[in-house]
Amino acid sequence: MSDAGYIRIALILAAITALEVSTYYVDFGVLFLPALLIMMVVKFVMVVSYFMHKFDNKVFSYLFYAGLALAVGVYIVFLSTFKFFLQ
Amino acid sequence: MAIIERPAPTVPAVVTPTTTYGVLKRPVSATGWRSWVFTVDHKKIGIMYGATAMFFFIVGGVEALLIRLQLAAPNGKVLNADLYNQMFTMHATTMVFLFVMPMAAAFANYFVPLQIGARDVAFPRLNAFSFWALLFGGIFLNLAWFLGGAADGGWFMYAPNSGPVFSPTNGVDFWALGLQITGIASLAGAINLIITVLNMRAPGMSLMKMPIFTWLITVVQFLLLFAVPVITVALFLLSFQRNFGARFFDVAAGADPLLWQHLFWIFGHPEVYILILPSFGIISEVLPVFSRKPLFGYPFVVFSGAAIGFVGWGVWAHHMFASGLGPVSVAVFSLTTMAIAVPTGVKIINWTLTMWGGKLWFTTAMKFAIGLIVLFTVGGLSGVTHSVAPSDTQQTDTYYIVAHFHYVLFGGAVLGIFSGFYYWWPKVFGKMLNEKLGSWNFWLMIIGLNLTFGPMHILGLQGQPRRMYRWTEARAGEGFFNLAFWNMIASIGSFILTTGILMFLINVWVTWRNPKKAPLDPWDARSLEWMTTNPPKEHNFDVIPTVHHLDEFFHRKYEEDATTHTMKQVATAEELMAEQERNADKHIHMPSPSYWPIVLAFALPIITFGIIYSYLISVVGGVIVLFAAYGWALESSTAPDSDFENNTPGTALAIHD
Amino acid sequence: MTDVTHDHASSTGISNVKLGMWAFLGSECLLFGGLISTYMLYRGRVTGGPRPSQIFDIPFTSVSSFILLMSSLTMVLAVSAAHKEDDRKINLWLTVTALLGATFVGGQVYEFTAFYKEGLGFSTSLFGSSFYTLTGFHGVHVTVGIIMLMSLVGILKRSKVPGKKAEVVEMIGLYWHFVDIVWIVIFTLVYLIPV
Repeated sequence: MSDAGYIRIALILAAITALEVSTYYVDFGVLFLPALLIMMVVKFVMVVSYFMHKFDNKVFSYLFYAGLALAVGVYIVFLSTFKFFLQ
Repeated sequence: MAIIERPAPTVPAVVTPTTTYGVLKRPVSATGWRSWVFTVDHKKIGIMYGATAMFFFIVGGVEALLIRLQLAAPNGKVLNADLYNQMFTMHATTMVFLFVMPMAAAFANYFVPLQIGARDVAFPRLNAFSFWALLFGGIFLNLAWFLGGAADGGWFMYAPNSGPVFSPTNGVDFWALGLQITGIASLAGAINLIITVLNMRAPGMSLMKMPIFTWLITVVQFLLLFAVPVITVALFLLSFQRNFGARFFDVAAGADPLLWQHLFWIFGHPEVYILILPSFGIISEVLPVFSRKPLFGYPFVVFSGAAIGFVGWGVWAHHMFASGLGPVSVAVFSLTTMAIAVPTGVKIINWTLTMWGGKLWFTTAMKFAIGLIVLFTVGGLSGVTHSVAPSDTQQTDTYYIVAHFHYVLFGGAVLGIFSGFYYWWPKVFGKMLNEKLGSWNFWLMIIGLNLTFGPMHILGLQGQPRRMYRWTEARAGEGFFNLAFWNMIASIGSFILTTGILMFLINVWVTWRNPKKAPLDPWDARSLEWMTTNPPKEHNFDVIPTVHHLDEFFHRKYEEDATTHTMKQVATAEELMAEQERNADKHIHMPSPSYWPIVLAFALPIITFGIIYSYLISVVGGVIVLFAAYGWALESSTAPDSDFENNTPGTALAIHD
Repeated sequence: MTDVTHDHASSTGISNVKLGMWAFLGSECLLFGGLISTYMLYRGRVTGGPRPSQIFDIPFTSVSSFILLMSSLTMVLAVSAAHKEDDRKINLWLTVTALLGATFVGGQVYEFTAFYKEGLGFSTSLFGSSFYTLTGFHGVHVTVGIIMLMSLVGILKRSKVPGKKAEVVEMIGLYWHFVDIVWIVIFTLVYLIPV
């Protein structure tokens, strides 16, 4: 990706961040939590895909996403046993 | 056997190694203690891991014997309650973290590069660092014995019991911080071996042509990679509570004690697969060789190994069935625990079918391998009974559980390790362990371990709790299942087990004194590590082999005869060795020895010591870390070509011509 | 010539060092996952001292989050410069990244001090312990990153990088981006979701 491309990505990330911060000021109602979580995931994936070089090789993705998937899976189960998501 | 002429080395001159910081010269010795302390050679590191692990095996064994002496008779007077708590905590901690794991690292370090046709691991200095960190961490852990009392909260160290209020001595701090150091060692080792296996296989060796031991070790490294950070979190939370006033396990502040239990067992369950899979790998190598048949269902053994690694993440709360999780959690974890028996069963079938119809050769290595299949199965069966949560509620915290894990750990992991000793001793040390002594070793261990741990099933179901420093006549009961009789049997068994282990040590000693060298290929083995000298040369292979088959070494010795369709020998190991030497690579530059791994490793216990006693000491440790890190980063992994111009014999920087 | 340190002969064709960093980052997911989960469990448990909603300064933290996000941009520009072998640009962008990172850490230190003055200590409550532990670990990771960036600038100046330059810059870049994405998660879960 060219330098200009990276700057474009960074501007998009900044815009999403601004949108995220706006949830603090604007009432999103029932969409609040889903919107915030989606924005978080989008930013996360964008940085990983574009800035960390689209995993020049798919072995990198396996290594990283394996750890990520395991972490998310295990810790969601962990929090579930504390009835965290039933609040 | 051909005698190979080598050109005489050039006139010896002084080696001028490069310097770091403009001052510190690179170590160069190829002999003497310096060649061990500064080595980056995976084989030397493997041997050091093995020696360290054996030392801690004996330490842990003595701790076990003291426990059994205390419990042999009612109202035991050998250990008081406080010492007893320290003893069972340290016995388990030592055996798990300082014996089995380092011993697996010993085998992995020595054999994975050889099995994949490589000359070393991906990051040789990191490898050395891992070893020294393990050694220093293990010593640090045990310093507590002399500095106010060892950790006494059980190897699972449940909080808040392990917190500052209920465990006021420094023992738990030494435990938590010591395990952080060994955790760093394991994590570094895991990254190293994963990259080695991914990147350094010989040409033609696809993943499904890799020896099975290497495969299962790789699964273990992934388990370590992802499990160690979880216990790291738990240990940090505990240390922060104990040393900096955090409230994580402070129930008055609203803390949930289950936080520790979950974090510990999310690590702890993958950990038990980390403990057993290396031994599964060892016997998966041994059984085919001594059945004169290839491993039955190699892909199934590989995939079931990966499956165990994967499903193993979903079962941890079966250690917590009695902790008040609630029926939904208990049901889910009960089901997943039953599921994990399946891939292990697949392996048992594959091993058995490997032997079926084979021409069995009952060497000591083979006996230990078969011993594992039988005794691990026994342990696995009691494990299945634990998976049924209602029945586990009866069994948990009793000696029935102790029986289960000792059958899988001793009958499983340890027997596998001993199988590996007898199988690979000629490769590592150039000598064969005595088979007669080996037989005594084996049988005494089998009898001893069954006498020690068998009765514990009875003791447990009769209600003897774990971690209780004594039992009384009043509670012993009567009849066939009385506690007194079976406790005595278990204790006697533990001494028989000890004599079995002594037999091994005697065997090692006798072999050491014996000048007789082992033949090149004593077992007519199958995998690449046997296509080297005994012990291998420093650079392992004179020429990196190109691999065409699984069990490549076997296929170089034997080919299928077109008419009779039987395997016919086409080359001996000696002939293959001679051919390698004829085509030897010139100018093999091996990674050079270095000071930085041991210096960096030494800084870690200094930091942890300071956390317990004085933060100034930690600052000093931190400075050493920075110093060593920069030294390491500024030094190239292989000394530059200019250092090789003048090769002085006896120095590690000499070219291998 | 067979040299065990050359990775052109690697079975996958990828560099050892990059692969090693990705594996390490995979394991770090488990580390931060544990710390984040502990925080999520304990964030509402305030037996004494201020609650999250009472103490967080969202505008301030938004600015420092933005700064860290932009440091990811400057980092990727440094990597881009490294591939083009533009030494001056590499130095420039690495230094700017380190400065932005240092600003972020400075912001964290200011924030912690302000919170402490307002009554939230490490031992005050479970919220306090978990908050400082999670953000503290992240802050330490950023600081280590800054040290690595400045060391790299120093080493590059003396052309003493063992191994290919672009690869080392990329490897440190991976670490830096990871530290950024962890903050993306922390900022959302810790600060923006009210308790």
